[in-house]
Amino acid sequence: MLWASVACLGFIAFRRGRPVLTASLREGSMDFINIVPRIALGVIGSGYIAAVIPQEIITGWLGPNSGWLGVLTAVIAGAATPGGPVVGFSLGAVALKAGGGAPQVIAYVIAWALFAFQRVLLWEIPFMPARFVWFRAAVSVPFPFLAAAIAMAIGKP
Amino acid sequence: MHGYCRSSVCFAVPARLSRSSQLHDPSDPIALSELPLKDPAPADDAAEAEPRPGHIRKPVGWSMIVIAALVAVSATLVWRRDGIDGVLEILTHDLSLFGGILPRVLAGCLLGAFITEILPHEKVSRSLGPNSGLKGLLIGTAFGAILPGGPFTAYPVASALLTVGADFGATIAMVVSWTLIGYGRAVAWELPIMGTDFTLWRIVISLPLPVLAGAFGRFVYVRMYPKVAP
Repeated sequence: MLWASVACLGFIAFRRGRPVLTASLREGSMDFINIVPRIALGVIGSGYIAAVIPQEIITGWLGPNSGWLGVLTAVIAGAATPGGPVVGFSLGAVALKAGGGAPQVIAYVIAWALFAFQRVLLWEIPFMPARFVWFRAAVSVPFPFLAAAIAMAIGKP
Repeated sequence: MHGYCRSSVCFAVPARLSRSSQLHDPSDPIALSELPLKDPAPADDAAEAEPRPGHIRKPVGWSMIVIAALVAVSATLVWRRDGIDGVLEILTHDLSLFGGILPRVLAGCLLGAFITEILPHEKVSRSLGPNSGLKGLLIGTAFGAILPGGPFTAYPVASALLTVGADFGATIAMVVSWTLIGYGRAVAWELPIMGTDFTLWRIVISLPLPVLAGAFGRFVYVRMYPKVAP
Protein backbone atom coordinates (compact mmCIF):
# COMPACT_ATOMS: atom_id res chain seq x y z
CA MET A 1 0.00 0.00 0.00
CA LEU A 2 2.69 2.41 1.08
CA TRP A 3 5.15 1.49 -1.64
CA ALA A 4 2.34 1.42 -4.17
CA SER A 5 1.62 5.08 -3.50
CA VAL A 6 5.35 5.81 -3.68
CA ALA A 7 5.56 4.04 -7.04
CA CYS A 8 2.47 5.84 -8.26
CA LEU A 9 3.80 9.28 -7.38
CA GLY A 10 7.19 8.29 -8.74
CA PHE A 11 5.55 7.43 -12.04
CA ILE A 12 3.82 10.82 -12.14
CA ALA A 13 7.16 12.45 -11.43
CA PHE A 14 8.75 10.39 -14.19
CA ARG A 15 6.08 11.58 -16.62
CA ARG A 16 7.06 15.12 -15.77
CA GLY A 17 10.56 14.30 -16.94
CA ARG A 18 13.52 12.41 -15.62
CA PRO A 19 15.15 15.39 -13.88
CA VAL A 20 12.06 15.84 -11.75
CA LEU A 21 12.23 12.19 -10.75
CA THR A 22 15.92 12.21 -9.94
CA ALA A 23 15.63 15.49 -8.08
CA SER A 24 12.86 14.17 -5.86
CA LEU A 25 14.64 10.86 -5.38
CA ARG A 26 17.73 12.70 -4.25
CA GLU A 27 15.72 15.05 -2.06
CA GLY A 28 13.87 12.13 -0.49
CA SER A 29 17.06 10.23 0.20
CA MET A 30 18.67 13.28 1.75
CA ASP A 31 15.66 13.72 4.02
CA PHE A 32 15.91 10.07 4.91
CA ILE A 33 19.59 10.32 5.80
CA ASN A 34 18.90 13.42 7.85
CA ILE A 35 16.06 11.79 9.69
CA VAL A 36 17.58 8.40 10.46
CA PRO A 37 19.65 9.56 13.45
CA ARG A 38 16.62 11.29 14.96
CA ILE A 39 14.42 8.26 14.43
CA ALA A 40 17.14 6.11 15.96
CA LEU A 41 17.18 8.28 19.06
CA GLY A 42 13.39 8.31 19.13
CA VAL A 43 12.89 4.57 18.74
CA ILE A 44 15.65 3.48 21.05
CA GLY A 45 15.03 6.23 23.55
CA SER A 46 11.28 5.97 23.84
CA GLY A 47 11.62 2.33 24.80
CA TYR A 48 13.46 3.41 27.93
CA ILE A 49 11.05 6.21 28.70
CA ALA A 50 8.14 3.78 28.28
CA ALA A 51 9.83 1.30 30.59
CA VAL A 52 10.04 3.93 33.31
CA ILE A 53 6.32 4.77 33.20
CA PRO A 54 4.31 1.85 34.57
CA GLN A 55 0.94 1.31 32.99
CA GLU A 56 -0.85 0.68 36.26
CA ILE A 57 -0.28 4.27 37.27
CA ILE A 58 -1.96 5.47 34.12
CA THR A 59 -5.02 3.27 34.61
CA GLY A 60 -5.15 4.52 38.17
CA TRP A 61 -5.26 8.12 36.93
CA LEU A 62 -8.14 7.19 34.70
CA GLY A 63 -10.06 5.68 37.56
CA PRO A 64 -13.73 6.22 38.24
CA ASN A 65 -13.32 9.73 39.58
CA SER A 66 -15.56 11.97 37.57
CA GLY A 67 -15.81 15.64 36.84
CA TRP A 68 -13.30 18.02 35.37
CA LEU A 69 -10.50 16.88 37.64
CA GLY A 70 -10.95 13.42 36.17
CA VAL A 71 -10.82 14.90 32.68
CA LEU A 72 -7.63 16.76 33.53
CA THR A 73 -5.91 13.66 34.85
CA ALA A 74 -7.20 11.74 31.83
CA VAL A 75 -5.58 14.28 29.53
CA ILE A 76 -2.28 14.06 31.36
CA ALA A 77 -2.50 10.29 31.36
CA GLY A 78 -3.19 10.29 27.63
CA ALA A 79 -0.14 12.40 26.93
CA ALA A 80 2.01 10.20 29.16
CA THR A 81 0.86 6.86 27.77
CA PRO A 82 3.73 5.11 26.06
CA GLY A 83 3.51 2.66 23.22
CA GLY A 84 1.49 2.25 20.08
CA PRO A 85 -2.24 2.19 19.42
CA VAL A 86 -2.68 -1.18 21.12
CA VAL A 87 -1.53 0.19 24.45
CA GLY A 88 -3.44 3.45 24.16
CA PHE A 89 -6.77 1.90 23.25
CA SER A 90 -6.37 -1.06 25.58
CA LEU A 91 -5.81 1.22 28.57
CA GLY A 92 -8.85 3.21 27.51
CA ALA A 93 -10.91 0.02 27.30
CA VAL A 94 -9.65 -1.11 30.70
CA ALA A 95 -10.55 2.23 32.22
CA LEU A 96 -13.99 2.10 30.65
CA LYS A 97 -14.58 -1.37 32.10
CA ALA A 98 -13.13 -0.39 35.46
CA GLY A 99 -15.79 2.28 35.78
CA GLY A 100 -14.09 5.34 34.30
CA GLY A 101 -16.55 7.92 33.06
CA ALA A 102 -17.14 8.07 29.31
CA PRO A 103 -16.14 11.76 29.01
CA GLN A 104 -12.90 10.98 30.84
CA VAL A 105 -12.14 8.08 28.54
CA ILE A 106 -12.94 10.22 25.49
CA ALA A 107 -10.61 12.89 26.82
CA TYR A 108 -8.00 10.23 27.42
CA VAL A 109 -8.20 8.73 23.93
CA ILE A 110 -8.19 12.13 22.26
CA ALA A 111 -5.34 13.44 24.39
CA TRP A 112 -3.45 10.29 23.59
CA ALA A 113 -4.08 10.78 19.87
CA LEU A 114 -3.01 14.40 20.05
CA PHE A 115 -0.01 14.37 22.35
CA ALA A 116 1.20 10.85 23.11
CA PHE A 117 4.79 11.74 23.89
CA GLN A 118 6.21 8.70 22.18
CA ARG A 119 4.66 9.55 18.82
CA VAL A 120 5.62 13.18 19.13
CA LEU A 121 9.21 12.31 19.99
CA LEU A 122 9.53 9.49 17.54
CA TRP A 123 7.75 10.84 14.49
CA GLU A 124 6.59 14.37 14.70
CA ILE A 125 9.75 16.12 15.88
CA PRO A 126 12.07 14.30 13.47
CA PHE A 127 9.89 14.94 10.45
CA MET A 128 8.36 18.32 11.04
CA PRO A 129 9.96 21.65 11.88
CA ALA A 130 10.20 21.72 15.68
CA ARG A 131 8.43 25.06 15.77
CA PHE A 132 5.43 23.58 14.05
CA VAL A 133 5.30 20.69 16.51
CA TRP A 134 5.32 22.89 19.60
CA PHE A 135 2.84 25.23 18.02
CA ARG A 136 0.48 22.40 17.10
CA ALA A 137 0.74 20.85 20.55
CA ALA A 138 0.02 24.17 22.24
CA VAL A 139 -2.93 24.87 19.99
CA SER A 140 -4.33 21.38 20.59
CA VAL A 141 -4.41 21.66 24.39
CA PRO A 142 -8.05 22.82 24.70
CA PHE A 143 -9.45 20.13 22.46
CA PRO A 144 -9.53 17.06 24.72
CA PHE A 145 -11.43 19.22 27.20
CA LEU A 146 -13.78 20.41 24.50
CA ALA A 147 -14.39 16.81 23.44
CA ALA A 148 -15.12 15.85 27.05
CA ALA A 149 -17.54 18.75 27.28
CA ILE A 150 -19.32 17.60 24.12
CA ALA A 151 -19.40 14.07 25.48
CA MET A 152 -20.92 15.30 28.73
CA ALA A 153 -23.48 17.33 26.82
CA ILE A 154 -24.68 14.66 24.44
CA GLY A 155 -24.37 11.81 26.87
CA LYS A 156 -23.28 8.22 26.55
CA PRO A 157 -24.01 6.20 23.43
CA MET B 1 4.74 33.75 2.88
CA HIS B 2 7.90 31.76 3.29
CA GLY B 3 8.99 33.74 6.26
CA TYR B 4 8.26 30.93 8.66
CA CYS B 5 9.89 28.10 6.83
CA ARG B 6 13.34 26.67 7.23
CA SER B 7 16.13 28.04 5.15
CA SER B 8 16.41 24.82 3.19
CA VAL B 9 12.89 25.22 2.01
CA CYS B 10 13.35 28.74 0.85
CA PHE B 11 16.42 27.78 -1.11
CA ALA B 12 14.98 24.65 -2.53
CA VAL B 13 11.70 25.95 -3.81
CA PRO B 14 12.87 28.49 -6.34
CA ALA B 15 15.68 26.27 -7.52
CA ARG B 16 13.39 23.36 -8.23
CA LEU B 17 10.63 25.46 -9.66
CA SER B 18 12.91 27.07 -12.15
CA ARG B 19 14.41 23.80 -13.19
CA SER B 20 11.21 21.93 -13.73
CA SER B 21 9.64 24.77 -15.64
CA GLN B 22 12.73 24.97 -17.79
CA LEU B 23 12.55 21.32 -18.68
CA HIS B 24 8.83 21.22 -18.95
CA ASP B 25 8.47 21.87 -22.66
CA PRO B 26 11.55 20.72 -24.50
CA SER B 27 9.74 21.42 -27.76
CA ASP B 28 10.32 25.10 -27.25
CA PRO B 29 13.17 25.97 -29.58
CA ILE B 30 14.56 28.68 -27.33
CA ALA B 31 14.59 26.40 -24.35
CA LEU B 32 16.23 23.71 -26.45
CA SER B 33 18.98 25.94 -27.69
CA GLU B 34 19.56 27.25 -24.23
CA LEU B 35 19.44 23.91 -22.54
CA PRO B 36 22.94 22.64 -23.27
CA LEU B 37 24.45 25.95 -22.33
CA LYS B 38 22.35 27.01 -19.43
CA ASP B 39 21.12 23.83 -17.85
CA PRO B 40 24.33 22.32 -16.48
CA ALA B 41 25.13 25.36 -14.41
CA PRO B 42 21.77 25.81 -12.67
CA ALA B 43 21.39 22.08 -12.27
CA ASP B 44 24.72 21.83 -10.51
CA ASP B 45 23.90 24.88 -8.51
CA ALA B 46 20.64 23.42 -7.45
CA ALA B 47 22.23 20.09 -6.68
CA GLU B 48 24.69 21.87 -4.48
CA ALA B 49 22.15 24.18 -2.96
CA GLU B 50 19.44 21.64 -2.23
CA PRO B 51 21.07 19.08 0.03
CA ARG B 52 23.50 21.49 1.64
CA PRO B 53 20.96 23.58 3.58
CA GLY B 54 19.28 20.30 4.42
CA HIS B 55 22.37 19.36 6.37
CA ILE B 56 22.44 22.67 8.15
CA ARG B 57 18.83 22.00 9.15
CA LYS B 58 20.08 21.61 12.69
CA PRO B 59 20.57 17.85 12.93
CA VAL B 60 21.05 18.31 16.65
CA GLY B 61 18.47 20.88 17.61
CA TRP B 62 17.23 22.01 20.93
CA SER B 63 14.42 19.46 20.91
CA MET B 64 16.77 16.59 20.20
CA ILE B 65 19.00 17.57 23.12
CA VAL B 66 16.03 17.53 25.48
CA ILE B 67 14.96 14.14 24.17
CA ALA B 68 18.49 12.77 24.48
CA ALA B 69 18.62 13.96 28.09
CA LEU B 70 15.26 12.34 28.83
CA VAL B 71 16.45 9.12 27.27
CA ALA B 72 19.66 9.15 29.28
CA VAL B 73 17.74 9.66 32.52
CA SER B 74 15.25 6.93 31.70
CA ALA B 75 17.96 4.50 30.64
CA THR B 76 19.74 5.13 33.93
CA LEU B 77 16.52 4.48 35.84
CA VAL B 78 15.99 1.24 33.96
CA TRP B 79 19.56 0.26 34.66
CA ARG B 80 19.17 1.02 38.38
CA ARG B 81 15.97 -1.01 38.48
CA ASP B 82 16.60 -3.96 36.17
CA GLY B 83 20.36 -4.02 35.83
CA ILE B 84 22.27 -4.29 32.60
CA ASP B 85 20.00 -7.07 31.32
CA GLY B 86 16.97 -4.83 31.30
CA VAL B 87 18.86 -2.17 29.41
CA LEU B 88 20.09 -4.66 26.82
CA GLU B 89 16.67 -6.23 26.40
CA ILE B 90 15.04 -2.92 25.58
CA LEU B 91 17.95 -2.03 23.33
CA THR B 92 17.69 -5.19 21.21
CA HIS B 93 13.91 -4.91 21.03
CA ASP B 94 14.10 -1.30 19.93
CA LEU B 95 16.89 -2.00 17.46
CA SER B 96 14.80 -4.65 15.71
CA LEU B 97 11.85 -2.27 15.71
CA PHE B 98 14.12 0.37 14.24
CA GLY B 99 15.22 -2.01 11.50
CA GLY B 100 11.62 -2.80 10.63
CA ILE B 101 10.65 0.85 10.51
CA LEU B 102 13.53 2.08 8.33
CA PRO B 103 12.16 1.02 4.92
CA ARG B 104 8.82 2.60 5.73
CA VAL B 105 10.55 5.79 6.77
CA LEU B 106 12.37 5.81 3.44
CA ALA B 107 9.05 5.34 1.65
CA GLY B 108 7.57 8.21 3.62
CA CYS B 109 10.48 10.50 2.80
CA LEU B 110 10.22 9.67 -0.90
CA LEU B 111 6.49 10.27 -0.75
CA GLY B 112 7.06 13.68 0.80
CA ALA B 113 9.71 14.56 -1.77
CA PHE B 114 7.50 13.51 -4.69
CA ILE B 115 4.63 15.54 -3.35
CA THR B 116 6.85 18.58 -2.98
CA GLU B 117 7.97 18.06 -6.55
CA ILE B 118 4.66 17.25 -8.21
CA LEU B 119 2.06 19.46 -6.56
CA PRO B 120 1.69 22.86 -8.15
CA HIS B 121 2.89 25.26 -5.49
CA GLU B 122 0.61 28.13 -6.43
CA LYS B 123 -2.45 25.95 -6.35
CA VAL B 124 -1.56 24.53 -2.95
CA SER B 125 -0.85 27.89 -1.42
CA ARG B 126 -4.11 29.15 -2.83
CA SER B 127 -6.22 26.27 -1.53
CA LEU B 128 -4.32 25.57 1.71
CA GLY B 129 -2.48 28.81 2.34
CA PRO B 130 -3.13 31.53 4.91
CA ASN B 131 -5.96 33.01 2.85
CA SER B 132 -7.71 29.76 2.06
CA GLY B 133 -10.30 30.33 4.79
CA LEU B 134 -12.59 27.59 5.98
CA LYS B 135 -12.24 25.70 2.70
CA GLY B 136 -8.54 25.18 3.26
CA LEU B 137 -9.16 23.83 6.75
CA LEU B 138 -11.83 21.48 5.40
CA ILE B 139 -9.52 20.26 2.66
CA GLY B 140 -6.78 19.67 5.22
CA THR B 141 -9.19 17.78 7.45
CA ALA B 142 -10.48 15.60 4.61
CA PHE B 143 -6.96 14.94 3.42
CA GLY B 144 -5.82 13.89 6.88
CA ALA B 145 -8.83 11.64 7.32
CA ILE B 146 -8.25 9.69 4.10
CA LEU B 147 -4.45 9.64 4.20
CA PRO B 148 -3.29 6.03 4.22
CA GLY B 149 -0.40 4.65 6.22
CA GLY B 150 0.98 5.34 9.64
CA PRO B 151 3.03 8.17 11.08
CA PHE B 152 5.79 7.37 8.63
CA THR B 153 3.60 8.77 5.83
CA ALA B 154 1.53 11.36 7.63
CA TYR B 155 4.37 13.49 8.96
CA PRO B 156 6.54 13.58 5.82
CA VAL B 157 3.46 14.49 3.80
CA ALA B 158 2.49 17.20 6.29
CA SER B 159 6.03 18.53 6.15
CA ALA B 160 5.87 18.51 2.34
CA LEU B 161 2.61 20.45 2.44
CA LEU B 162 4.24 23.09 4.62
CA THR B 163 7.03 23.28 2.05
CA VAL B 164 4.77 23.78 -0.91
CA GLY B 165 2.80 26.59 0.67
CA ALA B 166 0.19 25.29 3.07
CA ASP B 167 -0.01 27.41 6.21
CA PHE B 168 0.17 26.22 9.82
CA GLY B 169 -3.62 26.23 10.17
CA ALA B 170 -4.32 23.86 7.30
CA THR B 171 -1.41 21.62 8.25
CA ILE B 172 -2.59 21.47 11.86
CA ALA B 173 -6.05 20.54 10.60
CA MET B 174 -4.47 17.78 8.56
CA VAL B 175 -2.29 16.36 11.34
CA VAL B 176 -5.05 16.54 13.95
CA SER B 177 -7.55 15.00 11.56
CA TRP B 178 -5.12 12.22 10.79
CA THR B 179 -4.64 11.40 14.46
CA LEU B 180 -8.31 11.76 15.42
CA ILE B 181 -10.39 10.50 12.50
CA GLY B 182 -7.86 8.76 10.25
CA TYR B 183 -9.75 5.68 9.29
CA GLY B 184 -6.69 3.43 9.19
CA ARG B 185 -6.09 3.54 12.91
CA ALA B 186 -9.74 3.54 13.87
CA VAL B 187 -10.50 0.43 11.83
CA ALA B 188 -7.33 -1.45 12.69
CA TRP B 189 -7.12 -0.76 16.42
CA GLU B 190 -9.96 1.19 17.94
CA LEU B 191 -12.89 -0.86 16.61
CA PRO B 192 -11.66 -4.23 17.89
CA ILE B 193 -10.39 -2.89 21.22
CA MET B 194 -12.89 -0.24 22.20
CA GLY B 195 -15.97 -1.54 20.43
CA THR B 196 -18.05 -0.08 17.62
CA ASP B 197 -20.31 2.11 19.76
CA PHE B 198 -17.52 3.89 21.52
CA THR B 199 -15.50 4.33 18.33
CA LEU B 200 -18.36 5.82 16.34
CA TRP B 201 -19.35 8.04 19.23
CA ARG B 202 -15.79 9.27 19.64
CA ILE B 203 -15.35 9.92 15.92
CA VAL B 204 -18.57 11.91 15.77
CA ILE B 205 -17.37 14.03 18.68
CA SER B 206 -13.98 14.40 17.03
CA LEU B 207 -15.30 15.49 13.64
CA PRO B 208 -15.34 19.24 14.30
CA LEU B 209 -12.06 19.25 16.24
CA PRO B 210 -9.54 19.35 13.34
CA VAL B 211 -11.26 22.33 11.75
CA LEU B 212 -11.46 24.09 15.11
CA ALA B 213 -7.82 23.31 15.84
CA GLY B 214 -6.79 24.59 12.43
CA ALA B 215 -8.83 27.77 12.80
CA PHE B 216 -7.48 28.34 16.30
CA GLY B 217 -3.94 27.67 15.07
CA ARG B 218 -4.33 30.14 12.25
CA PHE B 219 -5.87 32.69 14.59
CA VAL B 220 -2.97 32.41 17.06
CA TYR B 221 -0.35 32.23 14.34
CA VAL B 222 -1.43 35.46 12.69
CA ARG B 223 -1.21 37.22 16.05
CA MET B 224 2.06 35.64 17.09
CA TYR B 225 3.89 36.38 13.86
CA PRO B 226 2.16 39.42 12.44
CA LYS B 227 5.02 40.18 10.07
CA VAL B 228 4.59 36.88 8.28
CA ALA B 229 0.88 37.23 7.87
CA PRO B 230 -0.30 38.92 4.72
